[in-house]
Amino acid sequence: MKFDTPAGTNPIDRLVVVGKATDRIDGKYKTTGTAPYASDWHDPAARLAYGYVLGAGIAKGGIADMDIGRAKASPGVLAVVTAGNAGKVDRGAFYVARPLAGPDVDHYHQVVALVVAETFEQARAAAHLIHVSYVEDKGKFDLAAVPDKAPVPKPGEFGGPTETEQGDFEGAFAAAPVALDETYTTPDQTHAMMEPHATVAAWDDDRLTLWTSNQQLNWGIRDLAKTLGIPKANIRMHSPFIGGSFGGKGTILADAVMASLGARATGRPVKVALSRPLMANNTTHRPATIQRLRIGATRDGRITAIGHESWSGNIVDGRPEAATTSTRMLYAGPNRMTRLHLAHLDLPEGNAMRAPGEAPGMMALEIAMDEMAERLGIDPVEFRVVNDTQVDPGNPARPFSKRQLVECLRTGAARFGWDRRSAVPGQVRDGRWLVGLGMASAIRGAPVMKSAARVRLEGDGRVTVETDMTDVGTGSYTIIAQTAAEMTGLPLDRVVVRLGDSAFPESPGSGGQWGAASSTAGVYAACVKLREAVATRLGFNSADAVFEDGQVRSGNRTVPLAQAAAEGPVIGEDAIEFGDLSKTYALQTFGAHFVEVGVDADTGEVRVRRMLAVCASGRILNPKSARSQVIGGMTMGVGAALIEELAVDTRRGFFVNHDLATYEVPVHADIPHQEVIFLDEVDPVSSPLKAKGVGELGISGVAAAVANAIHNATGIRVRDYPITLDKLLPDLPGAA
Amino acid sequence: MKSFTYERPDTPAAAAAAVAGTPNAKFIAGGTNLLDLMKLQIETPAHLVDVNGLGLDTVEPTGEGGLRIGALVRNTDLAAHPRVRKDYAVLSRALLAGASGQLRNKATTAGNLLQRTRCPYFYDTAQACNKRQPGSGCSALDGVSRSLAVIGSSEACIATHPGDLAVAMRVLDATVETVDGKGNERTIPMAEFHRLPGDKPNLDTTLRPGELITAVTLPKPVAGTHIYRKVRDRASYAYALVSVAAILRKDGSGHVAFGGVAPKPWRVEAAEADLQKGAKAVTDKVFSGAKPTEDNAFKLKLAERTLTAALTQARA
Repeated sequence: MKFDTPAGTNPIDRLVVVGKATDRIDGKYKTTGTAPYASDWHDPAARLAYGYVLGAGIAKGGIADMDIGRAKASPGVLAVVTAGNAGKVDRGAFYVARPLAGPDVDHYHQVVALVVAETFEQARAAAHLIHVSYVEDKGKFDLAAVPDKAPVPKPGEFGGPTETEQGDFEGAFAAAPVALDETYTTPDQTHAMMEPHATVAAWDDDRLTLWTSNQQLNWGIRDLAKTLGIPKANIRMHSPFIGGSFGGKGTILADAVMASLGARATGRPVKVALSRPLMANNTTHRPATIQRLRIGATRDGRITAIGHESWSGNIVDGRPEAATTSTRMLYAGPNRMTRLHLAHLDLPEGNAMRAPGEAPGMMALEIAMDEMAERLGIDPVEFRVVNDTQVDPGNPARPFSKRQLVECLRTGAARFGWDRRSAVPGQVRDGRWLVGLGMASAIRGAPVMKSAARVRLEGDGRVTVETDMTDVGTGSYTIIAQTAAEMTGLPLDRVVVRLGDSAFPESPGSGGQWGAASSTAGVYAACVKLREAVATRLGFNSADAVFEDGQVRSGNRTVPLAQAAAEGPVIGEDAIEFGDLSKTYALQTFGAHFVEVGVDADTGEVRVRRMLAVCASGRILNPKSARSQVIGGMTMGVGAALIEELAVDTRRGFFVNHDLATYEVPVHADIPHQEVIFLDEVDPVSSPLKAKGVGELGISGVAAAVANAIHNATGIRVRDYPITLDKLLPDLPGAA
Repeated sequence: MKSFTYERPDTPAAAAAAVAGTPNAKFIAGGTNLLDLMKLQIETPAHLVDVNGLGLDTVEPTGEGGLRIGALVRNTDLAAHPRVRKDYAVLSRALLAGASGQLRNKATTAGNLLQRTRCPYFYDTAQACNKRQPGSGCSALDGVSRSLAVIGSSEACIATHPGDLAVAMRVLDATVETVDGKGNERTIPMAEFHRLPGDKPNLDTTLRPGELITAVTLPKPVAGTHIYRKVRDRASYAYALVSVAAILRKDGSGHVAFGGVAPKPWRVEAAEADLQKGAKAVTDKVFSGAKPTEDNAFKLKLAERTLTAALTQARA
């Protein structure tokens, strides 16, 4: 099915199942421990062996010598896989780091060896018997030491243009009556998902099957085929349940590659799970940025010039962090400039993490907007309202398909009690706490991608949906079931959803906030085919047939849906393919975040007291799971604001705090009452369901809202994330 | 993890003898720290002596009006003990500020005192660490040191003792009771229990090889408001950047020890006479001679501010 004109009325608009707050159908499996995650597959293939990864102990250099003799002789050991015996190992296309070190070491904890043994404990014990001699080279590890003139890379497949300019930014900025020129920094962050990267790999002749944890099976298969030099058709990947990913499992990583190599070396199925301490340095992370924001405005608060430059670092062939993305779209202003600089760093690979580009970009932009509002003497909400735009500010001929930013801001301000905010910071006390309110806008792209599905009606009246879409904890199973139930007129419990098997029709998987809109559109297309086939079998004109209450009705005739499958299953299979609507229209999601914090006047401890998000994000397919997505994003935004930072040892070139005791993410005690409001919205330009994603909108802007609230509470402006208490302490007044 | 052998003796002296008599042996109680370290190949004992069968799990009044806490009393039980809550609230509060409910259910009184540092370089076997591997050097000295010691450290090691219980025990003037493999008993004041690293940072305490803690004894209660104020980067489940264990009276007098700043709970009794002059007078003396790194110099200010907060709380 082609989707190249805005959606009209269709069966989804009945909203019998879609749009209703619905418990996740996978929830009971997860809460009872019966959902098999990657490393829970104990017997997918007989005679499973276990692999343990040894990571490099240096950041840059080479392996001079490696003694694997003691490890090979250790009890239970079946093989030790290294670059010396693995054969040709290439690398993927989305994550571009080499999975296996040797002779060169490209980054800390890059795999130098995989020990495969009869038991996990034997493999782990043997791995510690490997002695590696390194030749260490001097690497580049410090983003702050990167020169201002670091090159502007060519634009790639992701992240949009690396350099944009409209009007005369420099001239307009120089002439602006009120101007701001500040620099902000965001640190490296790790996804810290609960489920570590894990894979069971098994070869059958030249065919490879993996049970793994992977958000996007199509990319996973593509990248594993490239890495191993085998045909894509020879690989099958299962990933039915994923314990969090956040862009850190966008395609294959070392666990999948090494399990495959270990299985090939031993002739046995091999399970490899990365240990927690390997995850920060072995896999990918959100790269640190240095961002310069320049905003010029008239005295009445109209932006005349806005410029945003960002510096980030990465390995060879790595991409820049696209921190300027939001600035191109969020506010009006005739003179504009954005630029991404990319430096070479020998740290582990930087890559996608929840709202890549937008999340760190808005951490800077939305503080800058708060500072600018303060300079102008205008309320921060009003400053944003004044600079709203209903067209792409870089291309005014292109309207937004839907843009309710102002409604989000106004609704949030009213609901949160924004009028109680003191415009002068540092004025509100509650015992030892300095109390402040902060806010930020949110914007995040609403991409859609080709997505296929197959639906099958059985004689028992049940419908089964199959697509290689994944559920990374977001609720994909449930919204897909809702979509199929709505389209077939069945109750939810008559729909079975099967995901995460690459043998199923191809979806774009979960990533970039495209999963919900794309995969449900693919299911919609397949259901349209199914409805046609059902109508044909039952002798209806398919255009007239109404599917409702388990029956098909046309005119005076009503037939149970199941009857269509009396002679055998009815199958509908199709893909949704999106045309040029996203060129004609700017497709984005919008929101506003409001935060109240308390800051201990003595110690600088920050506690978030209240949070509100107002989101305008197309049709909300399942308000319950959508809310969960948004509060998860808000929680991650609090982490970004206050605690999350991969600490770089700039001498040795690695992230030092590579476990969950030292890389802190918010715990329950950090997160207060969170409220989420979804504005009533449909966006017919987005998809047949008129829906968009929310999972990355939920984090965008949050950290800046927290930062702005801290400023409002204390009068202290911190431009260097995370805002830990040591950055507040020197200027805090004390409680006495 | 290296393969190891295991035994579970019946008496404290037998347990002590088992560790003293077996090369590279260690006691295991709650295992909340040791097992993690073994999995990471940081601790590599060849033999484990499980002390969970020894009893030592009661809290008894002493003839001097204090409390004798068995080495195996779990953190959860100790924090909830009525006498502890009534007379030694700083101890109860310190315990509840640490770890999580699940860990406190397993962790023991003696084991808590013996937990090892959380220095990130100690935890990474590819990095030089004199505490883990004597003579290998200290990567933390010129590395990431925000969480590490500002005082009491040496050129060989800037690790901190990460615990909360020990800080409360220190301000309470607790003593540690031990037995060795020959059945000899002795008591060690908390002030002397943890040692400074000097050039032997691999030795965290003054315990002799094979010496087993049997109890921790508290003297009779000290009057005053018992405060444990723990400052950290998140609200729960994190080690202290700075903590203050204090017993403070309305007239401003009292006792105070600091956690998160040194290789041992940091208390300078001579400075306590200055409590009535305010926090700065005390911390200036307590932290005299401090050698912070650029990363952790903020802890000095934070210690002063945290004590200020405790003094304010005591006056309220």
